[in-house]
Amino acid sequence: MVKKITLLAIAGIMATVSAPSAIAGWTPVKPVEFVVMAGKGGGADKAVRLIQSIIAENEMAPVPFTPVNKAGGSGAEALVHVNGRSGNDHTIMFTLNSFYTTPLRQPKLGVDIADFTPIARMAEDTFLLWVHSDRKDINNMADFAKAAKAKGKDWIMAGTGKNSEDNLLTDFLNGAYGLQMKYVPYKGGGKVAKELAGKNADSTVNNPSEQLGFYEAGTTKALASFTDERLPLFPNAPTFKELGEDYVYYMQRTVVGAPGMSQEATEYYQGLFKDVFNSKKWQEYRTKKSLQGDLLQGDALMSYWMKERDVHEVMLKNMGAIK
Amino acid sequence: MLEILGLLADGFTIVFQLQNLLLIIGGCALGLFIGAMPGLGSVNGVAILLPLTFLVPPTGAIIFLAAIYYGAMYGGAISSIMLGIPGASTAVATTFDGRPLAKQGLADLALTGAAFASFIGGTIAVILFTFFAPPLAHVALVFGAPEEFALMMLAFATFVGLGNDDLFKTLFSICIGLVLSAVGFDIISGEPRLVLWDIIGFMHGVNFLVLAIGIYGIGEMLWTVEEHVLGGGKSMMSEANVTVKRTITNIKLLAKTWKATIMGSFLGYFVGILPAAGATPGSLMAYGIAKQISKEPEKFGDGALEGVCAPEAANNAASTGSMLPMLTLGIPGSPTTAILLGGMVIWGLEPGPRLFVDHGDFVWGLIASLYAANVFALLINIAFIPVFIKILKTPFTILAPVIFVLCLIGGYAPTQDMHDVWLMLAFGIVGYLMRKLDYPLAPAVLAIVLGPLAEPALRQSLIISDGSFSIFFNRAYAGPIMVVALVLLFLPLLKMAYNKYQSVRS
Amino acid sequence: MTVRTAELLMAVMMGAFSVYLMYKSLELPIGWVEDEGPGGGAWPFWLSAVMLISCFGIIYNWFRKKGKIANSMKTYIQSHVFIEVGAVAVALIITVALFSFIGIYGALPLFLLFYLKVLGKHRWLFSITFAVVTPIIIFYFFEITLKIILPKGITEPLFLPLYKMFL
Repeated sequence: MVKKITLLAIAGIMATVSAPSAIAGWTPVKPVEFVVMAGKGGGADKAVRLIQSIIAENEMAPVPFTPVNKAGGSGAEALVHVNGRSGNDHTIMFTLNSFYTTPLRQPKLGVDIADFTPIARMAEDTFLLWVHSDRKDINNMADFAKAAKAKGKDWIMAGTGKNSEDNLLTDFLNGAYGLQMKYVPYKGGGKVAKELAGKNADSTVNNPSEQLGFYEAGTTKALASFTDERLPLFPNAPTFKELGEDYVYYMQRTVVGAPGMSQEATEYYQGLFKDVFNSKKWQEYRTKKSLQGDLLQGDALMSYWMKERDVHEVMLKNMGAIK
Repeated sequence: MLEILGLLADGFTIVFQLQNLLLIIGGCALGLFIGAMPGLGSVNGVAILLPLTFLVPPTGAIIFLAAIYYGAMYGGAISSIMLGIPGASTAVATTFDGRPLAKQGLADLALTGAAFASFIGGTIAVILFTFFAPPLAHVALVFGAPEEFALMMLAFATFVGLGNDDLFKTLFSICIGLVLSAVGFDIISGEPRLVLWDIIGFMHGVNFLVLAIGIYGIGEMLWTVEEHVLGGGKSMMSEANVTVKRTITNIKLLAKTWKATIMGSFLGYFVGILPAAGATPGSLMAYGIAKQISKEPEKFGDGALEGVCAPEAANNAASTGSMLPMLTLGIPGSPTTAILLGGMVIWGLEPGPRLFVDHGDFVWGLIASLYAANVFALLINIAFIPVFIKILKTPFTILAPVIFVLCLIGGYAPTQDMHDVWLMLAFGIVGYLMRKLDYPLAPAVLAIVLGPLAEPALRQSLIISDGSFSIFFNRAYAGPIMVVALVLLFLPLLKMAYNKYQSVRS
Repeated sequence: MTVRTAELLMAVMMGAFSVYLMYKSLELPIGWVEDEGPGGGAWPFWLSAVMLISCFGIIYNWFRKKGKIANSMKTYIQSHVFIEVGAVAVALIITVALFSFIGIYGALPLFLLFYLKVLGKHRWLFSITFAVVTPIIIFYFFEITLKIILPKGITEPLFLPLYKMFL
């Protein structure tokens, strides 16, 4: 009896599967695996969960997008995983700048980012230089350089992981202002922000989203920004360009498809993420977190990657992280 | 004081709206079941249901997620006691005595104890939360790497007595746990590390759950299969019943554990508010201290009720405690609060020092809901105890395959990687073989939880101090904690020396 | 094999594993890095070294015949226990191997059926019902309620209409 019912059920399912789909255009047929190159609770993870809820709330897709965190080895695990899903139309990934740096630093992985399918750059996050508000003696970069120089090696700059974005920026500051700041790596930008607010560090180069809570409460202040123009949220923080240093640095927040994704699927995801980008919630999020960078798709995104990869290769070489 | 009570009253008017009340009840029940599954804990529950919360306003959403968080903390004890498999790292300490109690046919006592202890721990924590949030937030803020390391030393010190008489095997177990915790990635140098046999799956490290489900799930079940064969097919545990008379006796027994429960509640809360520590070290320390202060420490590990109550009170108190840095500083005290922070971003709220001022209704609605969630979680839990006891009476050859299946899925679910399922199986089989040779395995499981917290804190501190260990002693909070840790660590040695001296004299 | 022999074998194997861990830790500096304290390999290297020392300690005690285990001449795993426990372990390994091919919903019913019918000696009707119903409950709880997608292997096409219906 039971057997019979199961057989019937299977037969029924088979019948529906073999029926050709009548809908025009490609749509996903099973839950989409949304790989995150970072751990749960970080900036990238928060953005992915926001995107997931925008898609679900506005019923933009017929299937759920399920985030899978693969933070291992600075995103190496995620890159290898998605690289291995070649030709898969149901795997996409949310990336950061480790998308460039990790394959450069770990050539053994055998990952070439030119193989990945460009879908959409959703934003570029910005970096600012922060100090505690109790440092009344520091109000601009000149004060900062003076104070940091006086303390020499004992000036503590907290950041995320060695050779990470924060480390690149610290090296730039040390070089440009003749400083010897000590770089102490912590796990995650939120932790870094807290170390500054708790005065366990003297300065940080956090994203605005990480420091916003403390900034609004008046615990920390921004001295300068690593952007092309002053950020609307921080009108009193000049750019390094204004200060005579030709240095800008951004963190991409980009959706990437598995290598060899079909043309139809690529178009579908590009359309979908364009809608997400234009949604009210995403735009609000961009304003609130002071995110920059327009929507970038297709070939434009690919050439942006290639340009950024070259920039990072030079930076890493200068740091001595790669040969 | 009066002002706080007024705000709390406002919070309760939000909680007692029908929709919010239903969200609390639903959240508690769902959390209870998610927590009771081996491998699934509050992190999974909250992460998975997060995107659904746009259906209700932010206050309703946080109330729902907090109820799931709470329910899962209660539920974690259920699989620890009934199956001996900790559903999450926070429930490890509960297995030490919960499982022996269940084996002795006292599962109802252990489950009731866990439920009431959780209730007391949770409630004490919410009261502390209500009245002392701002000064405690300050402590959490100034707590840096040296303090974290000192706290981890304290955690290690409190459970030195957990191993058995074989010093070498205990040492081996602790060290293998610490080494496995270093697998994957070194955050300080930013380099991959110990990627064993260059298998890519080791890049994300050895997940605590993989080891715990391997050893306590697969390994313990293989052990039970053996006992089952040798015992000629007896059921998995001796009979437990739920009768009015037994319940009254249970409550009388529980009343005697008040010291351990209260101690666990306060300890759990204070450890919970420290960023990065979370509920797991809190519950382990509570277990260790309960053993130290107990009149019958030798009963610990063989079914001491205090050994269930203290960690359960502590992990619930800590889960409330970890909401404090989340709300006031915008930094997570546990993985689950990290996800809740993500939720606040989705709802358009900015966690941090301004939240209490700008979104008072949200904060006080949440705090009031925690009081309510405690009551409902307790009631739901108590109501289901007879059902759980019934499940235990299922014949072994039906229960066993179901538990194996849950273990396999539990090993897969957290990372969704087959590598972890294989690893779990390997840990299970090797763990079974080692257990037959009297290797204590609990220290390895504890070490894998504390290792990733202790090592970076140690190295960050030494970078700050240019390699000088004095940093652990000359800071306001780190110093005293470190001294207490060292005293506790050497206390057993001193005791031993004293006993020897006494016996020599007589 | 006696418990005493097993004790020695296990200690030797774990000692060898410790040596491998020490070797692997050498990829990063294991010493004191100037101004930084211990290097990235120090923590695992020195703790693995303690593991190795512990194994030597266990072996030393084995030679001295100290302790309950080192003296036990009982059989390590009796043959009838070995058959039962071994059968379960092998069944688990095969089940996990099958996850990637015929998926979790192909492998689990087979495992349940094997356990219930062969090891548990339950009746056919009961065994089959149980083996079919359990995966259905798992599908509802994990995939529909919690949206945790479990491996399907080649059975994936069968699930597409189900996704359409429930997700």
